[in-house]
Amino acid sequence: MSTRLAKGGRLIDRMAPVEFTFNGKRLRGYQGDTLASALLANDQMLVGRSFKYHRPRGIVASGPEEPNALVNLGSGARLEPNQRTTTTEVFDGLEATSQNHWPSLKFDVGVVNNYAARFLPAGFYYKTFIHPRPFWKHVFEPIIRRSAGLGKAPTTGDADHYEQAYAFCDVLVIGGGVAGLLAARAAADAGSRVILLEQSATLGGRTVVDETMVQGKPVDAWLSAIEADLAARDTVTIRTRTCGFGVYDHGYVLADERVADHTPGDGRPKHRLWRIRAGRIITATGAIERPLSFAGNDIPGVMLAGAVRDYVVNHAVSPGDRTVVVTNNDSAYQTALALKAAGLEVPVILDARDSATGALPDAARAAGIRVLTGRAIAKVKGGKRVTGISVCAQAGEGAVLEEVPCEAVAMSGGWSPVVHLWSHCGGKLLWDEAISAFVPDPARPPLNHDGSAMVTVVGAAAGCLSLGNILAGFGKASGKGAIGLPDTCQTPDGSVSVPPVWVMPQGAPIALRSKMWLDFQNDVKVSDVQLAAREGYQSVEHTKRYTTLGMATDQGKLSNINGLAVLAEALGQDIPQVGTTTFRPPYTPVTIGALAGEARGEIFQPLRRTPMHEAHEKSGAYFEPVGLWRRPYCFPRAGETHEQAVHREVLNTRENLGLLDASTLGKIIVKGPDAGKFLDMLYTGVMSTLPVGKCRYGLMCNEQGFLSDDGVVARIDEDTWLCHTTSGGADRIHGWMEDWLQCEWWDWQVYTANVTEQYAQVAVVGPNARKLLQALGGMDVSREALPFMQWADGTLGGFPVRVYRISFSGELSYEIAVPASHGAAFWAACTEAGKALGAMPYGTEALHVMRAEKGFIMIGDETDGTVIPQDLGLDWAISKKKTDYLGKRGQERTFLADPDRWKLVGFETLDGSVVPDGAYVIADGTNANGQRNVQGRVTSTYYSPTLKRGIAMGLLHQGPTRMGDVVEFNTVAGGTVKARVRDMVFYDRDGEKQNV
Amino acid sequence: MSDPGIQPRSALGGMTFAGFASVRETGPVGMITMRAKNLKSLGKAVKAAVGTRVPAQRRIEVAGDKACAWMSPDEYLLLMPYADVSGALGAISKALAGEHHLAADVSDARAVFRIEGDSADRVLCKLCPADLDRLAPGEVRRTRAAQVAVAFWRQDGGYTLVSFRSVAGYVMGLLSHSARIGSDPG
Amino acid sequence: MLTLECPCCGVMADETELSPGYEAHLKRFGPGASPEEFEAYMFARKNPKGVHFERWRHAYGCGKWFLAARCTATLEVFGTYPAQVSEPPPEIIATIKARRPDWEGFK
Repeated sequence: MSTRLAKGGRLIDRMAPVEFTFNGKRLRGYQGDTLASALLANDQMLVGRSFKYHRPRGIVASGPEEPNALVNLGSGARLEPNQRTTTTEVFDGLEATSQNHWPSLKFDVGVVNNYAARFLPAGFYYKTFIHPRPFWKHVFEPIIRRSAGLGKAPTTGDADHYEQAYAFCDVLVIGGGVAGLLAARAAADAGSRVILLEQSATLGGRTVVDETMVQGKPVDAWLSAIEADLAARDTVTIRTRTCGFGVYDHGYVLADERVADHTPGDGRPKHRLWRIRAGRIITATGAIERPLSFAGNDIPGVMLAGAVRDYVVNHAVSPGDRTVVVTNNDSAYQTALALKAAGLEVPVILDARDSATGALPDAARAAGIRVLTGRAIAKVKGGKRVTGISVCAQAGEGAVLEEVPCEAVAMSGGWSPVVHLWSHCGGKLLWDEAISAFVPDPARPPLNHDGSAMVTVVGAAAGCLSLGNILAGFGKASGKGAIGLPDTCQTPDGSVSVPPVWVMPQGAPIALRSKMWLDFQNDVKVSDVQLAAREGYQSVEHTKRYTTLGMATDQGKLSNINGLAVLAEALGQDIPQVGTTTFRPPYTPVTIGALAGEARGEIFQPLRRTPMHEAHEKSGAYFEPVGLWRRPYCFPRAGETHEQAVHREVLNTRENLGLLDASTLGKIIVKGPDAGKFLDMLYTGVMSTLPVGKCRYGLMCNEQGFLSDDGVVARIDEDTWLCHTTSGGADRIHGWMEDWLQCEWWDWQVYTANVTEQYAQVAVVGPNARKLLQALGGMDVSREALPFMQWADGTLGGFPVRVYRISFSGELSYEIAVPASHGAAFWAACTEAGKALGAMPYGTEALHVMRAEKGFIMIGDETDGTVIPQDLGLDWAISKKKTDYLGKRGQERTFLADPDRWKLVGFETLDGSVVPDGAYVIADGTNANGQRNVQGRVTSTYYSPTLKRGIAMGLLHQGPTRMGDVVEFNTVAGGTVKARVRDMVFYDRDGEKQNV
Repeated sequence: MSDPGIQPRSALGGMTFAGFASVRETGPVGMITMRAKNLKSLGKAVKAAVGTRVPAQRRIEVAGDKACAWMSPDEYLLLMPYADVSGALGAISKALAGEHHLAADVSDARAVFRIEGDSADRVLCKLCPADLDRLAPGEVRRTRAAQVAVAFWRQDGGYTLVSFRSVAGYVMGLLSHSARIGSDPG
Repeated sequence: MLTLECPCCGVMADETELSPGYEAHLKRFGPGASPEEFEAYMFARKNPKGVHFERWRHAYGCGKWFLAARCTATLEVFGTYPAQVSEPPPEIIATIKARRPDWEGFK
């Protein structure tokens, strides 16, 4: 039985009991408990099932390295899977359920995998599911998908909110143990702006559990003093419950602050993701204790020795009346002493070393604890919990010398410095023989932007495993402005040395090795890694993926070093020669909500709204995205489908009057003595000769010659032009202009200004367009005063306007720009005045249909980045006289100048139907892949309500030479549709309607 | 000239939000973008338009309800009451006659916000990758607020922030989310 | 997530304020250029592991393009400079040579 002790517990508040549930069972804990400590206090040893064999799993660790004790936390809109009980603070009303079992935690059908374990060896998936091939898709994959993954994904939206924040500092210290606190103080003393992050709720690290005195003071008094010292400084910020989980380029660190995990629903953000830019990073991330590999080391009740100590000292939790300690180093003796001090039994300490002579072993013996050296665990007994162990000689093959009944086993295989953050950005490691662990190599740090070392490691993370050493290092004097940090852990201390013990006993036969767990969550055993080595896996990266060692949610924090040591031994190589797998962020899992931050719902992405947006919403517009803009696609009336609305809008515009919100159109002012020359380079046509007051259509190409944007250019005055771009293209084209002006023609005198959003623009289109403007009144818009392709400034209905007489529909049309702050009012004025003239708003789809009826191209429909203007029959818009323009050399390339290209033509189906979107014009024969040959494709295809038939444009091999030919388009249904090749202008070929 | 009866409407019509700091769209502000560099009459033009000196790199010069902000080595943003824009444009045009420059009314292309309160900087720190502790007095910072471009400076115990008009709703959403009660990061 | 100092406005800019413009100091070839010249201009890129010259635009800041010399392997930045030059300025070259003595030089 694990239970709560009557006394003690540094972190728990016995005056503040809390109630929570585990699998529906009501349990009690105290404020200050983690969920793990509270479960143990309630004798909940069994907390989950392993991934592959569904073996019973209990709590192993007391921190973020925990591989087993993962639960579904919360329910409904606050359900979170895979939450580590060891880092979850318990609170009143907490609900947890266990994972990866069916039908129940105690009785799990999946455990049959356990009995079939010898048929599920390393690489099982690879070996089994390769053949026969069709089985993968239809049999194996569905089964694996159903059984894969540990937790349950929530099915409803997250009720909490999250946010992100930026922070800047000279020095960022990650880790709030003694080394981190001293480093923060040293940095603050040197005048730095400091941020200190600690992943747990309290500072002090291991020292507060493992030591009684620090620098001559009782440990808790020492901690309070330094906390108070740091808190009093303006230059120091301390953030607890904040895990620095990733180190990136140039001092960029991401940290996850668990603001309200322990107070759900209190209105605060659940997590806050910190994006910190630090001049220098100091990692004081401590070390993680390693398990030992003995048979049955995964049975609930087998725990890390340090974790047992934590639970006893911090939470007053007994893991059981009798705990056997097994170790290869001195630190586990502290656990034995702590248990003894709490009045619990330690039947025996099994030390794999031949002798144990340090102060701690002596203290254990003095406390009356039986210490056996050269001994190991042959096997742990028990199923869902430990019932005892059998003892053997470490040097032997597992012959049982003695049986020891017990309820728990505390194991220590030594300590691995947490080098993850050091390694994220390229810091290199050294193998330290004295402590059998990888430590940071200070000579090969990750580099900052100025070439200096970006990360410094202090404390146990640097391999400095004794407090005395850490304190001695910080004692050194520092120069002015320099931060007094220890260089390296220079004085190895015999009390922390760890001899290599990778398998227990060293000569264990296969029967034992196949019960020695390396990776508890993914069920990887010593025998699996050895098998991988025999099968030829030599690279640690390959072995990881083949065996899945270290690929679970804990990312191998406990298993990696043990696993690669077993691999090295199997390969007959040294551990440093085998090396580690790559350390990648995040150090601990980060919830997606924190990564998304504020980007949810209404502010998922910036939606660009025109000044008339609200009016459109009130009119019931159906919107479509155009870049980040939202534009009305159509304005359906009650009972109308979108298609019917579009047809009505087209016909009404052609017959009466349509109003289009064209505000999204890009508008860029280009001004200066060299502006004409510049625009002549930018456009394929000539803009420098455009008379003031007139408009000209222009095309822009990239340097490869491919068509990139189009629009109407207006000459405003002698040295000013206004360039209209496509709706999605304004920022891109403005950037393109600035690129050329800043980086190539920097001596040309040209300024640009993107004034797209300064103006709301309304297209007034249709036979009654002029009448509407006259009804508004204020300026002469007659055919004579304002002919086609001219513009004029004036007022309409009292609004200051610039009127462009241009048409994208083939109708009499004015595009009217008003300052955006008058946009909504002007739109309302047009709507009101248009009532008597049959005005209706129309959307982008009607615009598309009308331009297609007129054979006008649309960037993004007729173009796709591989089309040159010549392909579209736009030779008339390309100057033959100019010696250069952007794209001209590109267009001269032989394959683009080839007359054999696909070129734009119109199509009308013989039966009047609409050619399917994206259809190809088929040709005779098939290609090398057995696919039908093609000779063209459709680029725009619509039902024309004007012509009451399908119309289309498309690119066709040698198209313009094939007028009258009948070609066939494929259809999705499988058949073909026949169409006659024709010119692109389906409606009002002579332009009589727009030129009135 | 426009009908004096027609009032300009800012993107959000003066929307406000009260959180741990207050957020307010200010309503229409007159703004002129001016592109110019190394002009002998630049100082005269700025003086005539808004009554300030030409600001140094990344600085804003304020004179009452008018100001001139340095936006890039050849770009300034002039701020003034909305009604003063056409007069200011005229003054610039006169002062810089014959010199290469561009001045355009962008009053309606922008939205202006005020973030006020003791914790105003902690609203911005959630959105902008800018070191606010190192923002000098009178410094203009052009940067990003989440996914859109903004410029801001400290003024009258708070921040004035300028964004593009079309994303004013998004920016208001961001600022309101950041200023939620209970979310002051301290 | 680099930081680069914009030489045009002096801001130490986070990478998310910048937009990349790839290799710097390309020479434009227009009409009349040979296929080889045009290919070099359009397509041939050095993409080195080590010292590299790049174009960056302070897109969310002052809007200006600038150039940066940095090491693509270590991410060390040797310097940033205005875009209105056809080759790296001498002080940038000197900095690179000081930090990378075996660098083969520009071009």
